[in-house]
Amino acid sequence: MTAATPPAGTTTASYVYGVTRGLDPAALGTPAGIGGARVRVVPADPAGRAAGLQALVGDVDPDEFSARAVAEHREDLAWLGAIARAHHEVVATAGALAPVVPLALATVYLDDDRVAAAVAERAPTFAAALDRVTGRSEWGVKAYARPRASPSARAPASSGRDYLRARRTALHASETAADDAARAGEELHADLAGWAVAARRHRPQDAALSGRDETMVLNGAYLVADGEDDALRAAVEAWSGDERIAVELTGPWVPYSFTDPETVGGAG
Amino acid sequence: MSGVSPEQRTVSLFGDREVALVDLLDRLLAGGVVLAGDITISLAGVDLVRVSLRALIVSITPVERPEPSVGPVGVDRAALGPGAETGTAGGTAR
Repeated sequence: MTAATPPAGTTTASYVYGVTRGLDPAALGTPAGIGGARVRVVPADPAGRAAGLQALVGDVDPDEFSARAVAEHREDLAWLGAIARAHHEVVATAGALAPVVPLALATVYLDDDRVAAAVAERAPTFAAALDRVTGRSEWGVKAYARPRASPSARAPASSGRDYLRARRTALHASETAADDAARAGEELHADLAGWAVAARRHRPQDAALSGRDETMVLNGAYLVADGEDDALRAAVEAWSGDERIAVELTGPWVPYSFTDPETVGGAG
Repeated sequence: MSGVSPEQRTVSLFGDREVALVDLLDRLLAGGVVLAGDITISLAGVDLVRVSLRALIVSITPVERPEPSVGPVGVDRAALGPGAETGTAGGTAR
């Protein structure tokens, strides 16, 4: 595509953030991506160009993304976090201007020509994915079990038997509370999935990463038509008084969780 | 916690909202279209539980990071070479 493309094995490689359609490169400008490198819009090759597909691409150091380097870094939170944030900034910036289908983290090609060819090869997949997410946003809803004070926990035990009984009562109460919270999480998910375009559950977040002690009972993602934001907020708000769970809403997100046809095909 | 703490937040340009890293990683590691790149294997399917364990270990042992102890999973995946699918990705378009 351009004579300036470096030969393989030299100083730069092409990192792909996502695929979009109908994005005006002038409107996007040149936002900074990973390592501060400027992001450019690369039109897909012939088959893709017909559909107007464009890749969001930035230069990266090929050594940082070699199979070996990635294997070494893949569980390094500082590295993952920096890449994830840069990836997100680019996708979100473009996503505010045009529909974007994000690529998985760390998809790297030798040069822009290879990017264009790869996108063109999967043109129908990207076109369909863009169709699905156009005019829609992803929202995240997380629910945590509310801590419930056990009434018997503070009563001083006058005997070993009393103590054991109190322990048993407290244990039972806490199990019941956990069951109630889990059930509430299911109800909440069903409620939101019922009218979202598509719904998906992520794995509950690990406490070490979330910084929350309470048990997470729902980590849901919902694809919602742009005009229905307020309805979603209202639906989530309606759960705010629930005594079993505490609910949090995040978004709007570029639809990261809905790039797979299967997750969008069957809502709920 | 070294480097990126779980509480660290930044401003998203999409909707101008704060984005928690953990919410972002949920999406970026379990979502997005998976293509076989030329150079790297995809990070899709990285196990966040393992990441968080590693983060904890790093935070309580502030000594020089040991030679990256790439577990059997990481080694196997790396050995597959560029373009190999990780296989455990939750939401891929493949």
